[in-house]
Amino acid sequence: MSDLSPAEWTAILLSLRVAIIATLVATPFGIALAWLLARRDFWGKSLLDAVVHLPLVLPPVVTGYLLLLTFGRRGLVGGFLADYLGIVFSFRWTGAALACGVMAFPLLVRPMRLSIEAIDRRLEQAAETLGAAPWKVFFTVTLPLALPGVLAGMVLGFAKAIGEFGATITFVSNIPGETQTISSAIYSLIQTPDGDAAAGRLVIVSIVLALGALIAAEWFARRATARLHGN
Amino acid sequence: MLRVDIEKQLGEFSLHASFASEGRAIGLFGASGAGKTSLVNMIAGLLRPDRGTIVIDGETVDDSAAGIHVPTWRRRIGYVFQDARLFPHLTVAQNLDYGRRMNRLPPDASQHKRIVDLLDIGALLDRRPGKLSGGERQRVALGRALLSKPRLLLLDEPLGALDEGRKLEILPYLVRLRDEANVPMVYVSHDAAELRQLATQIVLLKQGRVTSFGGVKVLT
Repeated sequence: MSDLSPAEWTAILLSLRVAIIATLVATPFGIALAWLLARRDFWGKSLLDAVVHLPLVLPPVVTGYLLLLTFGRRGLVGGFLADYLGIVFSFRWTGAALACGVMAFPLLVRPMRLSIEAIDRRLEQAAETLGAAPWKVFFTVTLPLALPGVLAGMVLGFAKAIGEFGATITFVSNIPGETQTISSAIYSLIQTPDGDAAAGRLVIVSIVLALGALIAAEWFARRATARLHGN
Repeated sequence: MLRVDIEKQLGEFSLHASFASEGRAIGLFGASGAGKTSLVNMIAGLLRPDRGTIVIDGETVDDSAAGIHVPTWRRRIGYVFQDARLFPHLTVAQNLDYGRRMNRLPPDASQHKRIVDLLDIGALLDRRPGKLSGGERQRVALGRALLSKPRLLLLDEPLGALDEGRKLEILPYLVRLRDEANVPMVYVSHDAAELRQLATQIVLLKQGRVTSFGGVKVLT
């Protein structure tokens, strides 16, 4: 790895920053949504479920374009955030994180939802009979038992976020040092004469990161099973 | 101590039960499907009656006419389920401590020791529920319910999942509990022999109706 160039390191570190921020910000929303989908019945539930999964099946360029329309400088939400809170997404690394977060969200939510669904609700009832208010039941029983699934979702979401390409490049373009992640760097390199070696190195980096994340997710899933059986 | 007068429709099944008892150990007797568990779940607040009232220790916890339904976690009851339901991610000691923490009660070392000794679970404190036998699990569940300092203890067939040998192992603990723990209890069972040993009063439930009420004699 020592022969990675500074430009390649910039892309790798930016990718890591974007993916980590995207995962951390998405996680609380992911847990809340997973709980809602696993534990509550309400009007429009299947619609909400479908909307969450939309980035998984839409062409990424469409998601990116929709983000641009919504969160761009002149977008409905983007304009408001820029004018009143000073948060700008377009052509910034924060925009890359937003795009990656949205694209990773369905993968992040799924293991969380499954792990909450797998929890015996009778344990939550038992907690209530022992004097635990509903929010305490959530934090002392539901969340700890779902933790391996929550971590697995975070790992999967992270792996997806670090490799995201289509939505990111559509929304925030491909600016070295600001929005050029590993994927967009590879894209640029393979269009450049003599870029093959550098592209190859970044390809190996992404394979290693993705594989590591998948192995970690699998490990957490196995921990989840053991935990539910009280071993 | 406990006053129940409720109606509940559960699909095809209708439950209509009414009794009042000052007894220290109320035995709720009936075949499976008689509505015993539904009745206990209503006393616990896990199920809401369609109509009627439930009064525990002078406090009205359910009154459909007045719109009162105190949530389970505020009822200060202890509930021992047939399937123990220990928290698998916590050790035995943490399970025992759970109710005290949730109710923000100060630590009470002497009560803790008394109950751990009474139930003989001192050697299990560091273990996880997954490593306990069925009988041990049930004893820990008893201790966990008692240590939350309930004003009423509900036991829903606590021996139901155990084989004969294990039942005989737990029964003496339950008798000691009744005599020493000073918490009134509602004991649900379909086993008349069990209730003869434990209960001081019997509520006989048949297909959702109370058919007799009185001393242990009604079991004959």
